[in-house]
Amino acid sequence: MMDRFRMIFQYFQSNSESVMNGICGLLALASVKMYTCFDFSCPCLPRYNMAYGLGIMFVPPVALFLCGLILNRQSLVMLEEWRRPQGCRKKDLAVIRYMCSSIMQRAMVAPLVWIVVTLLDGKCLICAFSGSVDPEKFVGFANASAVQVQQLLAKVPCKDDELMRNNTSRKAVSRYLRCWSQALGWSILLILIIAAFLAHWLRPCFNQAALLQARHWSNYIDIEQKIFEETCCEHSRLFAHKCILHFFESMRQEIKLHSFSLGREGEGAEGEEDLLRGITDQDQVNKLLKAWYYEKPALDVSQALKGHYHASAQSKDQRVDDSGAHIFLQNPNPKVSAPGRT
Amino acid sequence: MDKFRMIFQFLQSNQESFMTGICGIMALASAQMYSAFDFNCPCLPRYNLAYGLGILLVPPFILFLLGFVLNNNVSMLAEEWRRPQGQRGKDRAVLRYMFCSMAQRAMIAPVVWVSVTLLDGKCITCAFCTSVPVETLGNASHPGLSQGEMKRVLARIPCKEIYDGQELITNEVAVRYLRCISQALGWCFVLLMTTLAFLVRSLRPCFTQAAFLKSRYWSHYIDIERKLFDETCAEHARSFAKVCIQQFFEGMSTDLAAAHCHSPRKAPADAGEAAEKLLGITDQGTMNTALKSWHRCKPPLHLHPPALPSGNGWAGEGQPPPRPPEPRRETAAYYSRV
Repeated sequence: MMDRFRMIFQYFQSNSESVMNGICGLLALASVKMYTCFDFSCPCLPRYNMAYGLGIMFVPPVALFLCGLILNRQSLVMLEEWRRPQGCRKKDLAVIRYMCSSIMQRAMVAPLVWIVVTLLDGKCLICAFSGSVDPEKFVGFANASAVQVQQLLAKVPCKDDELMRNNTSRKAVSRYLRCWSQALGWSILLILIIAAFLAHWLRPCFNQAALLQARHWSNYIDIEQKIFEETCCEHSRLFAHKCILHFFESMRQEIKLHSFSLGREGEGAEGEEDLLRGITDQDQVNKLLKAWYYEKPALDVSQALKGHYHASAQSKDQRVDDSGAHIFLQNPNPKVSAPGRT
Repeated sequence: MDKFRMIFQFLQSNQESFMTGICGIMALASAQMYSAFDFNCPCLPRYNLAYGLGILLVPPFILFLLGFVLNNNVSMLAEEWRRPQGQRGKDRAVLRYMFCSMAQRAMIAPVVWVSVTLLDGKCITCAFCTSVPVETLGNASHPGLSQGEMKRVLARIPCKEIYDGQELITNEVAVRYLRCISQALGWCFVLLMTTLAFLVRSLRPCFTQAAFLKSRYWSHYIDIERKLFDETCAEHARSFAKVCIQQFFEGMSTDLAAAHCHSPRKAPADAGEAAEKLLGITDQGTMNTALKSWHRCKPPLHLHPPALPSGNGWAGEGQPPPRPPEPRRETAAYYSRV
């Protein structure tokens, strides 16, 4: 039992970080894939362009950020730790801050990837800012009325439009905006990488001990919650097992009371008799199944445990995991004291 | 058994990643279904709206119901809801928890379908092409077109090959406009859904954590108890069948021995396993009679008690039952022929 726990503990510890990093990477890849699958189609109308272009650049990153928070298990753990009543365990704000910052960093990756890819591709910025370009700079637009200029500039992102198909000024505006877009994209990428590099390298210079503590305890909280869930699973399995055995046993007692046969004193018989649990008749089986539906037994295995411990000297119930049972199987009803072994 | 339990516990403890995987698969399936579907706008004034909105709204509803149907836990929820109280009280919070978690999983595929449909744009283009603002985008003053005529022309926008209203409004302009609206709606819908999911997930630890832990434990318990009960019943049925058949063969061989008036060829205790397994049937005639009897009159579902308590500890030995007193056996034998 302890060996199993140790194995599972090592697995969780080695994999919690890598699971989160994996999810972060998958979201980033999904972000790029979504952008390439998305069919960008600029409306090429004066006011709609700006709204559409900036919308495509900023709304999906927000959705991706929220997705990153939702998919990260640690965000729930952090919220629980933040909101729990103090109880017997003090709350360490440094740990909560550490968890928060690591969650935010991971959740920011996919949105930043989307923004950088959008800028490097250029279509969004061309669509959004083609109406804001200075028409004096470009030959084809210099000598037209203001409204017409706006209409023409708005149509720049649409290559196939009949007005714009072979317009050299259109290509000039397009190239100009694309150049700006890509310059912006590469600058942002450079700044982000330098920031990440500095953060990673300068962190040991500031308060390393506190950082190690915060990281250890945040890891601990995470693992503690996982093990609690696992223990609850195991407990509910044993509880259910005991409850069902107790139900079969009480059925057997009831049948014994109602029938007058002299048999079935062989409680200690091994093999098939034990598995049959005293139910040897079609009517008895039907009665048992009906009782299971119409009167489910109470969630109380204290009687079963009392009986088990008294009989344990004589008979062996091979299927019960004795080493685990007495630790976990206490009465869920706090009013009745549990008969379990201590 | 231990290995299965360990794998089961691993899956349960990693339930988050297991469920995330399932949700991802359903989302991909939904997107794949949309791309495989051959969208065919009818390009007629009133049919467009019906077709477009139908494709937008009916498959998500079907996918939602399918999500419930394919979920094994639905029958568990229904059973827990409808069972009589018996000795065990019913907890409404547990039922609510089970229903909410099933509904959340079932919502993924419909949401993905609606998002992909809106982001693609064909549905909205088909449904609302007759409502394009011709005054701002085209030449509303184009002569000779009544309202009905104009609607008929506009309805053909999604079908480029038969569109004949280039003077009224160019096809590309109209399609671009409608698509832009559709994609804006799509991204807003995605943002709204993500925000809702985020709120639902993050508000829970702030308000109802203790109740949540309780509901989760007991809903998991109900699931496990049902599975274990099925397992126990299957085990019981197996043993029942084994003993029933054993008793049938023994009854058969004793009957035939009595009928032929010679001592039964009961194998002595030290004759080995093979002789014991023959169950006293050792020739072709006997076997054929046994098989015929099995078909013609199956034994009742009533196992004889294995041994009478005789005070010298037979019951604890698990050997095949020795011959009980003759009169009782004969009564039982006649009974078994009925």
